[in-house]
Amino acid sequence: MDFLNVAARLRANGVVGINERNAEYTLPYNPRDRYPLVDDKALTKELAVRAGAAVPELYGVIEIQRQVRGLPELLKKHWDFVVKPARGSQGDGIIVITGRSRSLYRAADGSLFDDEEMGFHVSNIISGIYSLGGQTDKALIEYRVNFDPVFEAITYRGVPDVRIIVFLGVPVMAMVRLPTRLSGGKANLHQGAIGAGVDMAMGTTLTAVWKTAIVSEHPDTGNPVSGVRIPGWDALLELGARSFELTGLGYQGIDIVLDRDKGPMILELNARPGLAIQLANRAGLKPRLQAVLRHRGELHSIAERVAFAKKHFAAVSV
Amino acid sequence: MKRVHLYVLASALTAAALALFLYKAIVFGFPLRPEERTDVWRVEVQIQFEAEGGAAKAEIYLPVRTGAYTVVDQSFVSPGYGITTERDPGRGMRAVYSVREAKGMQTLYYRAVVQRGREAGTAERDPQPPVSPPEYKDRDAEQAAAQSIVAAVLKQSADPATLAALVVKRLKDAKPGDEASLLLGREPGNLRLVSTAVELLQVGGVPARMVNGLVLVPERRDAQFLRWLEFFANGRWHPYYPAEPTADALRYYLPWWRGPSAFIQLSGGTALNHKISTSRSYELAIHTALTRQRELEKKLVEFSLFGLPLQAQALFRTLLVIPIGVLLLVLLRNVVGIKTFGTFMPVLIALAFRQTGLAWGLLFFTVVVALGLSVRFYLERLKLLLVPRLASVVIVVILLLAMLSVLSFRLGFERGLSIGLFPIVILTMTIERMTVVWEERGAGEALQQALGSAAVGALCHLVMNLRLVEHFAFVFPELLLVLLAVTLLLGRYTGYRLSELRRFRVLAR
Repeated sequence: MDFLNVAARLRANGVVGINERNAEYTLPYNPRDRYPLVDDKALTKELAVRAGAAVPELYGVIEIQRQVRGLPELLKKHWDFVVKPARGSQGDGIIVITGRSRSLYRAADGSLFDDEEMGFHVSNIISGIYSLGGQTDKALIEYRVNFDPVFEAITYRGVPDVRIIVFLGVPVMAMVRLPTRLSGGKANLHQGAIGAGVDMAMGTTLTAVWKTAIVSEHPDTGNPVSGVRIPGWDALLELGARSFELTGLGYQGIDIVLDRDKGPMILELNARPGLAIQLANRAGLKPRLQAVLRHRGELHSIAERVAFAKKHFAAVSV
Repeated sequence: MKRVHLYVLASALTAAALALFLYKAIVFGFPLRPEERTDVWRVEVQIQFEAEGGAAKAEIYLPVRTGAYTVVDQSFVSPGYGITTERDPGRGMRAVYSVREAKGMQTLYYRAVVQRGREAGTAERDPQPPVSPPEYKDRDAEQAAAQSIVAAVLKQSADPATLAALVVKRLKDAKPGDEASLLLGREPGNLRLVSTAVELLQVGGVPARMVNGLVLVPERRDAQFLRWLEFFANGRWHPYYPAEPTADALRYYLPWWRGPSAFIQLSGGTALNHKISTSRSYELAIHTALTRQRELEKKLVEFSLFGLPLQAQALFRTLLVIPIGVLLLVLLRNVVGIKTFGTFMPVLIALAFRQTGLAWGLLFFTVVVALGLSVRFYLERLKLLLVPRLASVVIVVILLLAMLSVLSFRLGFERGLSIGLFPIVILTMTIERMTVVWEERGAGEALQQALGSAAVGALCHLVMNLRLVEHFAFVFPELLLVLLAVTLLLGRYTGYRLSELRRFRVLAR
C-alpha cells in the first residue's frame, strides 16, 4: 500500500519515470535519424563548431588499431588531456589526464598510466567495449577543461559541468554536476558525483542529490553547495536553447563546462538524459514539459525561449 | 492516436486468440489441463518367421468392432512387403503381408493406437446372424452330452444372457467323467472353454461366437490374447466374460477379432512367432483428439504444430515457452526495474536451467561466471584486443567446463554433465560487460547486476517450467498472441518502475 501512496504523490509532483520519458518524450520528439549526431561525440563536436558554439579542442581521433602505435607521439604534445570514447554512455571509459609524473600520465583520480596502458585503454575503446551496442568506436583525445574556479570549493578533483534539459528548444531544468571522491573525478551521477539543482531564472545552485539522498554540503569538501551563482548563466541558457536547432532532437540534455579562459563550452549532447536531475532540483519535470507544450506556438526565437524558461522555471522558494 | 491504434491492435489480437482458443477447447475438445488425458494405448505386434526363399504371405487379424475403444491410427512396417486388407465376414478384418521372394529371418510390424471413446458402443442394430449348430462328426456321445447339458440349462434360464452364464458355469464346474468334461476334452483351457460354450449356445438356438482380445496393460512386453464369448439377443451382440472380471478390469478389454481362427496364418515360412506389446501413451492423447475431427478440421490441424514430426514438436515445446519468459523479462525490467546483463540473457539461462534443474543451474551459472571473471581478470594483464580476448575467455571457459564435467561425473554427480548446455558465448559477453561495470562502477554494482540476472533467470525458469504453462503454449499457441498484445501494451506503459519509487522517494512530499 505504501508504494501506491508513493506513486500517487510522485505523480502529483510531476516526477517523470524512465518509461514515461521514453514513451512520451524521447520516442515522439527525437527522430531516430538524429541520434547519430549525439551518439558520436566526434560528430557532435563538428556540428557545434559549425554552428559557432565553443567546444573543447580536439587533439586527435584514434579510429583503427594501427593508430594506437602513434598515440605516445600524439600525447607528447599535450601536458594534460582527456581520452574518451566517441560513443560512450554514462561517462564510462573516460580518462582525464591532469599531468605527468616522469614518463607516466597522471589521471584526475591520482592513478598513473604508462604508454602501454594508455594504448590498451584506447584499443579497448575502439573495439567498442564502452559503446552502447558494442559497435566499434573511436577514441577522442581532447582539450582538458581548466574549470572556472566558481565551483572549486564544492568539487573534488575532476571537472564539474552544467547539465541542462532542453525540450523543444526551451531549457527546462538544469543542474551542476560536481565530482566527488567516490565518482573518481567524473561528473556522472551514476558514478557518485553529486548534482545540484539550478534556479533557471538566476542561475544559482540549490540543494544537491548524492546517490538518492538530498545533501546540502559537498561530501568531500564539506562546503555548502547551494547559493553558488553560475557566471554567464544567460549564455548557458542560450547555448542550451540553440542546441535544439543544432541536432533537431526535441528532448535532449546538453552538458556544458565552464572554462576559466574560454568560457562555456559544449561537452556533449545526450538524446536520453537521465532523470536524476529531478532529484537535484527536488521538482518533477512534467509540469515544465507540459508548460512548454502549451506555449509551443509562441516560442520561436532563441531569445523568446530563454525568456520563457527564466520566467516560468524559476525556483520556488521552499 | 497512436494509443487508439495500439488498443485496437491489442484487442484484435486478444479477440482472435481467444476465439481460436475457445473454438479449439470447446469444439475440438482440446484438453485444458495437462492431466486431462483420455486413455490412449499403443499396441504393437511383432511377427517373426524364417522365410523359405519363395513367396511368403502372412495374414493377421486387425482390430475391428473394438467396443469402447476406437482405433485412431494404425501403421504397418514391413520392408519390401505389399500390404492389402480384406474383410473376413463375421470375423473381422485381415491384413495380408505378401512378398514375392523372401529368405532368412523376416520381421513385420503392425502398430495400432487405440483410444477409449467417450460413449461406449453404438446405437445401431446388428443384422440377425444365422445360428450354425456345431457338427459333432459321428460322435453320438458328444452330441448327446451337449444336448443333455443344454436341455438342463435351458430349463433354468430366462433369456440368452442367463443361458450363457449358466452354460459357462456348467462347463467350469465340470467334474471328471461327466458330460461337460467330455466336451471340454483332455486339455481344458480358456480357448477350449469358450469354444465349447459357443457350441453349446448354438445348440440351444442362441447365435454366439468367440471373441479374441487383449487386456491392455501399461508397458506389457508379451501380451497374450484372451477369449470370451458374444451372444446375440435383441438385435445386438452382447459380450459374456467367462473370467467374470470386475467392471474396472473390463475397461481394459480390447476386442480384436471373432471366431476360432488363429491370429496369424503364414505360408512360405517356418518358425513363426509373434510378440504383442501394449503401452499407455500420453503424448498421443492430443494427437488422437485431433484425428477424430472432420475433414476440414483435419486439414487445419495438419497445418498446425501437430502436423510436425515428434522431434520437431519437442523442439517447439521449448521454443513456445520462450515468449512467456520474454514477457516476464519485460515486466521485471520495465515495471519492476530490475537491472540485468544483456537484454535476453536471463531467458537463455532459464532455458539452460530446464536441463540442469534450478539448484544445479544456479550453481553452474555461478561457477561459469566466476571462472570466466577470473580468466578475464587474468587476461587483463596481457592487454589483449577485445575480440581475441573474448575468444580466449570462451576457449578457456569451455575447457574448464569440460574438466568440471568429467570431475563431477567421476564424483558421481551426473548433473554435472548438463553444464555444457549453458549458453557459453552469451555468458562470455556477460562476463565482459560485468568486468566493465566492475571497473567503472565497482564490484558491488557488478555483483548486484549479476545477481539480478540470475534471479530473473531463475524466476523465468520457474514460470516457463510450469507444466500448465508449457501445455497451454504448445496446445494453444494462439494464446501467444495474447502475450504479444500484453507486450505491446507494456510497450506504452508510462507509469513508474517499482525501483523508481525508491529512487525518487525523496520527491514524494
